[in-house]
Amino acid sequence: MAVIKKKKDKSLPAVNTSALPDIVFMLLFFFMVATVMREVDLKVTVNKPLATEIQKLERKSLVTYIYAGAPRQKYQDKFGRSPRVQLNDSFASLDDIQPFVIQEREEKSEEDAAMMTMSIKADKEVKMGLITDIKLQLRKAQALKINYSSNQPKNVEALYSLEN
Amino acid sequence: MADIAFLLLIFYLVTTTMDTDKGINRKLPPFDEERVENPPPIKERNIFTVLVNSNDQLLVEDEYLQISELRAKAMEFIDNNGDGSCEHCKGYKISTSSDNPEKAVVSLQNDRGTSYGMYVKVQNELVAAYEDLRERYAQQKYGRSYRSMDEKEDKEVLKEIKLAYPQKISEAEPLNIGG
Repeated sequence: MAVIKKKKDKSLPAVNTSALPDIVFMLLFFFMVATVMREVDLKVTVNKPLATEIQKLERKSLVTYIYAGAPRQKYQDKFGRSPRVQLNDSFASLDDIQPFVIQEREEKSEEDAAMMTMSIKADKEVKMGLITDIKLQLRKAQALKINYSSNQPKNVEALYSLEN
Repeated sequence: MADIAFLLLIFYLVTTTMDTDKGINRKLPPFDEERVENPPPIKERNIFTVLVNSNDQLLVEDEYLQISELRAKAMEFIDNNGDGSCEHCKGYKISTSSDNPEKAVVSLQNDRGTSYGMYVKVQNELVAAYEDLRERYAQQKYGRSYRSMDEKEDKEVLKEIKLAYPQKISEAEPLNIGG
């Protein structure tokens, strides 16, 4: 018994932590560089559709987002459950899209304005009726470059399965 | 020092959003108040109709189809080469399918009740059909992969490939049958 106790008392030497700050700093810099601050507070649920032929959106400054989806749980009392459009930080109606696009365009320089891309971030459960209405408004506002925001599926089966 | 670094690290860990924005790029047609009168006639054989109903079911060329079959069907249509003018095509030259890729038009029409997820999937398959054909053409002519080409370095090559299989996807006004 005594022998075993003696063994237990013999603690291991402490792990050398002198390199820890270096590692932490490295991680810190990585996250500082990689981070993109969330600009808007999402008020609608957006579960993006799946697609494989997707392109990266270069130059964030050229992209303007339009969100569409069912309001989140905490907004459902006020706004109901049917899908709605969100521009910037607030719910919007379809008539707000044109002024919004024009305003966004004015904030950009002239050559950038021509390259402006509208990214439609919509939930995959949203009916096409709403999306079509958004598209019509965008056409009226002369914002013709659009991007259907989607996620890369993990495998092909996920793309063709019925649930997605 | 390390404490402050830790604090900042945790802050960035929490606030970071890694999602890079990706999606299918499309161009909308300009909005015209007046409709174009007498649009140029397109032969029936050069139109590949894809209909999606409100239950997310597909009707392609009057035939009920699964989404997984759409890509092959679209490729067959675009690559058909009915009039034999397309030298790089490998189609079957069926008399009821398209004349050549130049003339082939994919027409997509959905219902207002179609889900957005399904719509994106159909768009994806149609774009993929063109991309696959371009890939095949690039491999054949240049022995390189189309998808890995650089937009700046291979500008001319990319242009040439895109002209070989020009992407013509037309969208009709959605129907409003099943709400």
